[in-house]
Amino acid sequence: MDRIPILKMGEYLLITIQVDMHDRLAITLQEDLSDQIVKHRSHGVLIDISTLEMVDSFIGRMLGSIASMARLLDAETVVVGMQPAVAITLVELGLSLTGVRTALDVEKGMVVLQTALSKARRNGAPGAKV
Amino acid sequence: MVSSKSKLAEVLEKREQEIATGWLERQTSSLKRLSGAEQQEVTRQSREFLKAVKTAAAGDGADTSSQSWTPVREFLTDLSAVRAKSGYTSSETASFIFSMKQPLFEALRQELGHNPEALAAETWRATELLDSLGLLTTESFQKTREEVISRQQQELLELSTPVVQLWDGILALPLIGTLDSARTQVVMQNLLDAIVKTRSDFAIIDITGVPVVDTLVAQHLLKTVAAARLMGAECMISGIRPQIAQTIIHLGVDLSDVITKATLADAFRLTLGRAGYSMVREQKRSAEN
Amino acid sequence: MLRVLKSESFPIRTSEDIVIVRQAVRTQAVSLGFNLVDQTKLVTASSELARNTLDYGGGGDARLEVLQNEQRAGLRVIFDDQGPGIPDIEQALSDGYTSGGGLGLGLGGAKRLSHEFEISSKPGAGTRVSLLRWK
Repeated sequence: MDRIPILKMGEYLLITIQVDMHDRLAITLQEDLSDQIVKHRSHGVLIDISTLEMVDSFIGRMLGSIASMARLLDAETVVVGMQPAVAITLVELGLSLTGVRTALDVEKGMVVLQTALSKARRNGAPGAKV
Repeated sequence: MVSSKSKLAEVLEKREQEIATGWLERQTSSLKRLSGAEQQEVTRQSREFLKAVKTAAAGDGADTSSQSWTPVREFLTDLSAVRAKSGYTSSETASFIFSMKQPLFEALRQELGHNPEALAAETWRATELLDSLGLLTTESFQKTREEVISRQQQELLELSTPVVQLWDGILALPLIGTLDSARTQVVMQNLLDAIVKTRSDFAIIDITGVPVVDTLVAQHLLKTVAAARLMGAECMISGIRPQIAQTIIHLGVDLSDVITKATLADAFRLTLGRAGYSMVREQKRSAEN
Repeated sequence: MLRVLKSESFPIRTSEDIVIVRQAVRTQAVSLGFNLVDQTKLVTASSELARNTLDYGGGGDARLEVLQNEQRAGLRVIFDDQGPGIPDIEQALSDGYTSGGGLGLGLGGAKRLSHEFEISSKPGAGTRVSLLRWK
């Protein structure tokens, strides 16, 4: 069974979702990610979905779960690279993805993480969400 | 039935030249002035068509829905489509078929004049045949016209929703006219594609030119804002006129999640600030020289 | 006059089957010339319904149909299962709009992504859901 690789990028972790997700893969990903966050004491996670041609409510929930789980471990999450057709479909679908930050690409995603983290540090609370 | 089937084909075979000539004469007199090239084209088409009809009639008599008439039907469908696109009227296109009636009846009369019953039967069969072919051209003509109109509507839709780059990373979308669900799709696509291309962080949707903002329009606007957000861009709405503001409150539409400004200029100033720009006005050179 | 030009069936018994159904819908939508957004809507709606068939219907199958009427072509996907059925269809369709998960969002969402949407279900007698998008 394939696993989704988690890369360390400076102080952040980067996950690139390229394959069609199915249940077991999603569960394994969350487990692996929580291990890695703790291991590297990361405070930011970037999820790159730029090759995903579809996001349904299952994947939407998965992204939400990852963000919630990461927050419990004192890490912020940003989803980057959503394709226009996917964004338009998600909006029609009615999936709001609240609790999940989004950015155009990895570069902008890192800026979002930096802003979120410095704000959290100032407030003294672990990563306040938008 | 077998004998009447062969009569039509027979007559077409024997009198092809006469029929062709008579037909061409009537066609050119019913069409507007044709150039030399157009004349040649019509002649060529007529000859080709007559041959196809001859073959079909020899096969299945006058049943135009049958297999052997398929080449004829396809020929007519193409011809009508071309004429529809070239600006011919519906009548001019149908006259391709109908002007064949008189020369065909004349030929039938010459061949079957001695047998009034057979003549009547064949004339009736020929009328039915040409009528059904004539209707086919009209249907095809209309279908092509509808396709042209639909394509033009689409182009108009796309042209009327331009996305403008006001500054690095700041886009403006001035909407003119009503915002229905079809237009919203185009608006969203144009905006999101522009966000990707220009890597913009901000988009201002200006609705000064939108005459009516009801619940549906408000929903479409909110969808557009949500879609832009998923692409990492913050969206604002500007051009909210006092009447619009009142309508929105009355309708109970919740725009609390979106920044709104009365004018595009206000929205632009705000986004510049958020994007980290500050503007300095240079002092005017007084009479110091 | 509506004609079914082509019909293809796919079983839905595992998660991998959902992926197969999605890919089949994508392929068919592409060959019918749907634009990218419409393709995505079809694939996403199909994914929602396939998942429902698996998770709540105990498995079933999906049938893809290419349709043609006088004016245009369409793609219809029909999901069948022999599961417990849906007791309150109205509620199932409306729940999805506000809640973030479960059966509701899949149905309501799939409906919003289609031009025509039909659902018939009786508790104890299985469920059939069909979605259709015209080109």
